[in-house]
Amino acid sequence: MSDVVVVVDYGAGNTRSVRAALSHLGKTSVVLSDPEAILEASFVVLPGVGSARSAMEHLNKTGAADALRTRFSNGGATLGICLGMQLALQTSEEDDGVTCLGLLEGDVRRLQADRVPRLGWANVDPWNESFYFAHSFVGQSPDTVATSDGFCVAVRNGSFFGVQFHPEKSGDAGLNFLEQCLTLV
Amino acid sequence: MPYSRLIPCLDVANGRVVKGVSFVGLRDVGDPVELAKFYSDGGADELVFLDITATPEGAKTMTSVVAQVADVLEIPFTVGGGIRTVEDASRIIEAGADRVSLNSAALSNPELISEIAELFGSQAVVVAIDAGDGVVHTHGGRNATEIKTVPWAIEAASRGAGEILLTSIRQDGQRTGFDLELTRQVRDAISIPVIASGGAGNAQHIAEALRITDAALIASIVHENPAGLKGLRAEIESFGITLRPLKEKV
Repeated sequence: MSDVVVVVDYGAGNTRSVRAALSHLGKTSVVLSDPEAILEASFVVLPGVGSARSAMEHLNKTGAADALRTRFSNGGATLGICLGMQLALQTSEEDDGVTCLGLLEGDVRRLQADRVPRLGWANVDPWNESFYFAHSFVGQSPDTVATSDGFCVAVRNGSFFGVQFHPEKSGDAGLNFLEQCLTLV
Repeated sequence: MPYSRLIPCLDVANGRVVKGVSFVGLRDVGDPVELAKFYSDGGADELVFLDITATPEGAKTMTSVVAQVADVLEIPFTVGGGIRTVEDASRIIEAGADRVSLNSAALSNPELISEIAELFGSQAVVVAIDAGDGVVHTHGGRNATEIKTVPWAIEAASRGAGEILLTSIRQDGQRTGFDLELTRQVRDAISIPVIASGGAGNAQHIAEALRITDAALIASIVHENPAGLKGLRAEIESFGITLRPLKEKV
């Protein structure tokens, strides 16, 4: 098992920030979609970049999608961030409907809020901590473990932890959260 | 609702922060990385970097600045200035920016908004509008176009912009308060967040803007005294605005 954190590549977007946060916590990371590396890593991050359709197309094409499913059933620790959390559910309304990884029960719907995208720092219950959000879609799942403004913003089942906020953009609170996730391995 | 946001804006030319940042506590007041970290520690909710050179050489330098900032900053930041193509936007986002801000390029090619939004999501696209006398201006507010402000904001939102950065060119740099009427008009016309910009002179001005919109851009008021950001936040809160709680470092 490799100690290097694998940040899964969707083919586009900002993975630099999540890598910088990991590096801040003393973790080396690589960005790739190689199925074998995804299976063998001690910790995998599904980052929050891009759109559901293009991300799933990339994951399916590279074999990363199946590797992530196998990893989940093997109990390999995986953290999904923003889109990465949404992709773990079964389907998304984004891009006229996308079949996602289906690691956890639940689906992703267009956010119904006063302002969409929902941008900014918001309190997360019951953790009583503020994190940074930037999303137009939101999951709903029986595996919800935290909410913000009543929305599902964290899901957890077995070795998968998913959060709608961006820990890599949430200052010290985010770093503390990431550090705790890394200890779950 | 997320907390109201306070967003310092840094003007960058040739990799250096320019305009009005004067503070003895900083080793190098022109270093965007150091200043970004300083504002982040002081309680900025986000930052905006504006490349005011907007030349091909400037763009290259800006990409490297973005990457350096992304490596040390754990709050979101937007980059604007000189982004004219999807490739420009990709370069900046892949270097570590959360959002790009489009201004004149979106006016001359509105399709650019949707193209970037499709690739990176709406939350990654800010459309900056320099408004005055009911119309949109270009070239830092010098040239008036015939495009009306509110309809342009509506079009930008419908094309996939995730936020409007609305600057009143009349108020900009005056420090006499935001153009609240303009801010209200634009915000009422669309359902994406609106950042009010131009005119912040004191905490009360910022509080007035945050009563009607989601975020306020601040420049000289904070550049003159970067260490005063925490105090400014407290003062804004004394006017009844709720900002995100800052935790003291232990």
